[in-house]
Amino acid sequence: MSAFRKSGRGMVDASKPVNFTFDGKAYQGLQGDTLASALLANGVHLTGRSFKYHRPRGIVGAGSEEPNALVAFDRGEGRVTPNVRATTLEIFDGLKAESQNRWPNLKTDIGGFNNIFSMFFPAGFYNKTFKWPASFWDKVYEPFIRNMAGLGPAPKSSDPDVYASVYGHCDVLIVGAGPAGIAAAVAAAKKDQRVILVDEQAEPGGGLLSAQNVEIDGMAAQDWLTKSLTTLRKADNVTVMLRSTAIGYYHDNFVAVNERLTDHIPSVEPGRSREKLHRIRAGKVILAQGGIERPLVFNGNDRPGVMLASAAQTYLGQYGVAVGNEVVVFTSHDSAYQAAFELADANISIAAIVDIRDKISGDLQQAVEARAIDLILGSSVSKTSGKLRINGCEVYTASSGKKQSFQCDALLMSGGWTPSLHLWSHSKGGIKWDADLAAYVPEQANENAVCVGACNGNFGIEAALNAGTKAGGGRKKFKVKEPEFGSGVVLDHLPNYIDSSKQKAFVDFQNDVTEKDIKLAVREGFKSIEHVKRYTTNGMATDQGKTSNLNALEIASKAVGKPIEKVGLTTFRPPYTPTTFGALAGYRDGELFDPTRKTAIDPWAEAQGAVFEPVGIWRRAWYFPKDGEDMHAAVARECKATRDSLGIFDASTLGKIEVVGPDATKFMNLMYSNSWTTLKPGRCRYGLMLREDGYIYDDGVVARMAEDRYHVTTTSGGAPRVYRHMEDYLQTEFQHLDVWLTSTTEQWAVIAINGPNARKLIEPFVEGIDLSKDAFPHMAVREGKICGVPTRLFRVSFTGELGFEINIPSHYGRTVWETLFEAGQSYEICPYGTETMHVLRAEKGFIIVGQDTDGTVTPHDAGMGWAVAKKKKDFVGMRSLKRSDLIADGRKHLIGLLTDDPNVVLEEGAQIVADPNQPIPMDMLGHVTSSYWSESLGRSVAMALVKDGFNRMDETLHVPMPGTTHKAKVVKPVFYDPKGERLNVV
Amino acid sequence: MFEIHCPYCDEKRPEIEFAYAGEAHIVRPNAQDQGEMSDADWSQYMFIRDNVRGEHCERWWHQHGCNMFFNAVRHTVTDKFVMTYKMGKSRPTAKQIADAKK
Ligand SMILES: [Zn+2]
Repeated sequence: MSAFRKSGRGMVDASKPVNFTFDGKAYQGLQGDTLASALLANGVHLTGRSFKYHRPRGIVGAGSEEPNALVAFDRGEGRVTPNVRATTLEIFDGLKAESQNRWPNLKTDIGGFNNIFSMFFPAGFYNKTFKWPASFWDKVYEPFIRNMAGLGPAPKSSDPDVYASVYGHCDVLIVGAGPAGIAAAVAAAKKDQRVILVDEQAEPGGGLLSAQNVEIDGMAAQDWLTKSLTTLRKADNVTVMLRSTAIGYYHDNFVAVNERLTDHIPSVEPGRSREKLHRIRAGKVILAQGGIERPLVFNGNDRPGVMLASAAQTYLGQYGVAVGNEVVVFTSHDSAYQAAFELADANISIAAIVDIRDKISGDLQQAVEARAIDLILGSSVSKTSGKLRINGCEVYTASSGKKQSFQCDALLMSGGWTPSLHLWSHSKGGIKWDADLAAYVPEQANENAVCVGACNGNFGIEAALNAGTKAGGGRKKFKVKEPEFGSGVVLDHLPNYIDSSKQKAFVDFQNDVTEKDIKLAVREGFKSIEHVKRYTTNGMATDQGKTSNLNALEIASKAVGKPIEKVGLTTFRPPYTPTTFGALAGYRDGELFDPTRKTAIDPWAEAQGAVFEPVGIWRRAWYFPKDGEDMHAAVARECKATRDSLGIFDASTLGKIEVVGPDATKFMNLMYSNSWTTLKPGRCRYGLMLREDGYIYDDGVVARMAEDRYHVTTTSGGAPRVYRHMEDYLQTEFQHLDVWLTSTTEQWAVIAINGPNARKLIEPFVEGIDLSKDAFPHMAVREGKICGVPTRLFRVSFTGELGFEINIPSHYGRTVWETLFEAGQSYEICPYGTETMHVLRAEKGFIIVGQDTDGTVTPHDAGMGWAVAKKKKDFVGMRSLKRSDLIADGRKHLIGLLTDDPNVVLEEGAQIVADPNQPIPMDMLGHVTSSYWSESLGRSVAMALVKDGFNRMDETLHVPMPGTTHKAKVVKPVFYDPKGERLNVV
Repeated sequence: MFEIHCPYCDEKRPEIEFAYAGEAHIVRPNAQDQGEMSDADWSQYMFIRDNVRGEHCERWWHQHGCNMFFNAVRHTVTDKFVMTYKMGKSRPTAKQIADAKK
């Protein structure tokens, strides 16, 4: 039995010892212990170093509010979780945990020098110090902050665990399985409601687990708990979820609950989920999250061994652990007396109870006297001593000036209670200040939700049971024999004779924020509590200020000189407790993280060893390297082969929309800047789509299949937004038109055949279409068959060569491709990827929307005024094109650039200037949008958006790059076959 | 995640099926009006939005459902949907909004 274990107490199993290590040292605990209770049973309070000053810190609480005892929980390679609260970590045989924020070890920490120099680390220290020079950021400040301010190490390898997620539905979701939550569940279950009851602990019961001398309806509290849980477990309509934290409360009663499935199990079979995120939609939400005890803000309150009074009660009652042998209790609230009595009754010596109040109730006074405990009223602890653990404290009585010293190995503090409003606050529920409780309590609900018990400010077990029952729809009234909860006072400042500059009174333990920091922030002009929070970082650590917020508020309100209810509470945001990324990602990991969209021909490209690139969520073959070629060599070869003879390209990712109906032409006239009235069935036209603001939105070839039917193509990435854009106008502004839109992107595989031999290749495979030059001219479309498969055959070209785009039903895509590829061997057919496609189109000056345009380019800016119909009465974007700014002189125009040195390929995105010798910052004229090596021309080509570019033809501009400046001449952006003769090969 | 009542499906569906589509009841001027509008008036139509604090008429698209655009009244502070209604219906009156809240 460990030194501080009280046999026969608590819910731990004395017959089942558990061996674990902390910082490499072996310890023994019992089945049912948390890491915190097991360490305390071994007399260990020191568990970590603080964030900023690296001060030694110990366990403060007994639940998820714990600010100090954060450990790295080590489950092996890739499975180290930092910042796990020791107070909620269940131990098992072989558990390994490490303290954080210390080097070389917990007892001797070099970073402790921050502590010695703490006068240099006041509020806003980071903002004030790490400002300039800018060059210091990379080399000095950031490494310093990263070294000093790390809260535990991140895992070095990827997380091998599996995380699950599931949707849940219920009539009533109850958060917190303490007395209020359990009573609510029992009542709701009786009403035939579907109930989910969640609790973050391994054992349901909350405060009932450690309750001493409490009787519920004549039954011992633990017996009532057992009976009620049995009732709930037998009910078909109730699900009790343990180790399950409600981390966030979202719109319309949507609550995220993270269930931890395996962290408490020594060895887990591979593939089993570690955590499961439940997304629960509830008819009603009952919040029974309880309250959190407030620390007192006094000089030396962060020494290991100083902890919350209720935590000591829990360690004794639930785990049978004494937090010390000689204990001082320091309080401003009656509830701490109960803690003192329970410890005293378990034969733990209470050296003194120090109360900041001058008077307490007669009953309490009697109970203190009956136990012969030294009671010191109207006094406060003025300092504490002990290096790595408290060994004594000094008590100061302001009225008499008397100072008394006590030896102690633990000091319990209580500053009263704070209702836990976190989830209520997520749901945007209102709050109001309760002066009696000196705390904020829930007010009007924003969702169908209610707070019951301590989180509603109704403290005590009877109050909790009755409120829970009522919220669950029941009427039963409980009779509970329990110690009175009592009352307390809140002071912003505890009297002390020591000069305030020499005190270290911590408010936020985890972020090392002191009382002085908050007052300094107010003196420096931060009056809003949200600003004070950000400037001091109070409440911004991983515990979100569960123990510190109210104390900070009290201090700030006094410093600002405004009543606390006028200062307001900072906003709580999800998650309630730190949550693994794995839980949030769930199944969306690896291949499922961002699903890859593949064409029917993709497997062929993969088998050929293509290199791929992502285009939107598509993956497309980028180039097809041969015999160890690099990209440059492969692309040069693909370009040449296509221009010399024959290239084959998978264009299936093109967006496709079928526009059908009697008013299809009217609709097309409104949606595109071109005119469609004159386009005959069987012909194609390049379509330019604008937004209402007049800027280019998308483009693509459109085929008129019939009087009332258009086959529209869009850019590969643009299909969804173009479809939405069309649907939006059709359903709202153009409701009078009888038109139907269907997204057909997935229906068609598209094979682009380009090159002088294109017609010769496909001719033998085509049925029902006369392919001759005159019967099937450029920009025509025909329906027939290819390789026996129905096709919409386009004669179009994005390369400048004779070209066909073969649309076939997707599932025939690969067969047709392979057939043509086989037949193409006699023409040395060359499969090419997106890079070659880009080069070939740039040689012709064809734009890529989104690369050569950026959402601020009009058709005229792009040199495409020809695509804007002059006679139409209306189209989307028409009026905006007449706005004065859009027709003003000096806009940027899309032009071609030829570098003086033909071997220089400019960087896309490079800035362009007229005079490279002007002082910095230079007057920038525009930037390079597309730039490639052109194998066909034996030189580089580029396109650029340049201010007033159309009026700068033949001017030489400059492209400054690191180390050198390139000269380039402005030209028309058509570099290859400007007359378009190559389309006419017979 | 909201639950949104689609007036076409006449069902409450989770927000992931929907896409927000901006302020409602902004009517596109017809061709003739466009021709007569000053740049300033046109800019008002194009770019200026109410950005109300309170009940806001806005458009939603049941993208992964029935594919219909519809209008909704949503409170921008509480994030509560007050009502949804079919495209083409006029802006609800204060009384209609008050009734919907009951
Ligand atoms: Zn719908």
